Amino acid sequence: MEIKVHIDNLNVHFGQTHAVKHVAMAFPTNSVTAIIGPSGCGKSTVLRAINRMHDLTPGARVAGSITLDGADIYGRGVDPVAVRRQIGMVFQKPNPFPAMSIYDNVVAGYKLNGRFNRGEADEIVESSLKRVALWDEVKDRLRANSMELSGGQQQRLCIARTIAVKPEVILMDEPASALDPISTLKIEELIEELKEKYTIIIVTHNMQQAARVSDYTAFFYLGDLIECGDTRKIFTTPEKKQTEDYITGRFG
Amino acid sequence: MIPLTWRKVKNGGMTLLMALFTLTVLIPLVLIFIHIVRMGVSSLSLDFFTQIPKPTGEAGGGMANGMVGSALLIALASILGIPVGIFGAVYLAEYGGSRIATTIRFAADVLSGIPSIITGMVAYALLVVPLKGFSALAGAFALSLIMAPIVLRTTEEQLKLVPVSLREASLALGVPLWRTTLKVTLRSAMKGVMTGILLAVARIAGETAPLLFTALGNQFWGKKLTEPIAAMPLQIFSFAISPYEDWHRLAWAGALVLVAVMFTLSLTARYFGRSKQSGL
Repeated sequence: MEIKVHIDNLNVHFGQTHAVKHVAMAFPTNSVTAIIGPSGCGKSTVLRAINRMHDLTPGARVAGSITLDGADIYGRGVDPVAVRRQIGMVFQKPNPFPAMSIYDNVVAGYKLNGRFNRGEADEIVESSLKRVALWDEVKDRLRANSMELSGGQQQRLCIARTIAVKPEVILMDEPASALDPISTLKIEELIEELKEKYTIIIVTHNMQQAARVSDYTAFFYLGDLIECGDTRKIFTTPEKKQTEDYITGRFG
Repeated sequence: MIPLTWRKVKNGGMTLLMALFTLTVLIPLVLIFIHIVRMGVSSLSLDFFTQIPKPTGEAGGGMANGMVGSALLIALASILGIPVGIFGAVYLAEYGGSRIATTIRFAADVLSGIPSIITGMVAYALLVVPLKGFSALAGAFALSLIMAPIVLRTTEEQLKLVPVSLREASLALGVPLWRTTLKVTLRSAMKGVMTGILLAVARIAGETAPLLFTALGNQFWGKKLTEPIAAMPLQIFSFAISPYEDWHRLAWAGALVLVAVMFTLSLTARYFGRSKQSGL
């Protein structure tokens, strides 16, 4: 089994708070790994460490190593911008650029970076939107404002925008928690398809969702990685008492 | 029933009182408008916009040099003040460590509270004395000192209103922070920033004190930026305190034009301010 992202002895501090403690885990290539745990357990913090989003948070300190294909993304001289081009991110609340059209949102990564190429753009827009199953719904109104779309469509647009810049890993921070059940289902189906091409790490509050979409599951509690492994095993025969208590709904 | 009626009487009385106070605030504004229009309109003519002041005793003449001078001073002050304000605000909102930011913010607030005559004195000491002469440059510098903190504070407020989620969306696409700031944050805040700039321009357009010992004023067309230059507020000031009836009339016309310009600027600013949709 090939490992895409490897985390070793990861510690994240915000000022005096020790948010993530000595975490070590691995994410296999072309798999979906779910990170679950109660609020404040550090799951989003781990996720945001993987594409160096903490670099811009005042007072945040990240220690330990995270490697992408064996190369340390926190290594000396590594540009966080280059890391984020390889490791994309989808956020909890759909956040398309509000005054951009649907079309422009898909190629926003190119436009904002000043690397927009009209010849390639049409192709990128079509293939990205097809990949997130949004093409048929919007192909006649690509120039319409992105805010005209429903919440679920906006979130799929955000995923299209993320895969348009051709990342290798996609981080998803509770991507369906602001959506209705049908939109949620579509996002989940999409995750299933996307893993053929990408390595996906998804943070979720919803344990059924974790069980449905993921191959591996990691359970966090108060900044500690309690247990991680095969999703079926975590949900049926967890090794730790805390994991069992959480997935059976006894706390959290 | 008595307490209820009494409460209603008090309520009515207070409402009336507040309406009266509101009127008290509005009346001076309306009076100023009516008075300036009445006194100024009769002196407005094509000459007023095309001629420079005639020597005393001669009829006619205008404030063309003052208008051009003011426009030039405002343009120069904007070139100096707006970039400082905007980039300062970007630094405060996007990059500034909290302690430095607090200090700069406080300094900007103090700076905008300083009486404008002091600003003029600073420009006098820094530019007029070393350059050995009053000049348009010194006047523009003094005005830019007033403008920069206003632009800085309004821009910073607008930048803070841009949701973090938009910045993160851009950063997560592998867009560097400086491009994100320029193309997402600043562009989203553009309308608010424009409002701030217009209000700052309206503010300095009427400033007289900082020009008294910097731009000085000029009865003729200024030829160089290193020479004294005419400005509308200065001309209104010197004409109004002169003993000549003709000049008084010019001063009224000047006041009318100045008020009209500021009124337009404020209206435009409101227009920009109201349509809050981002300009991305």
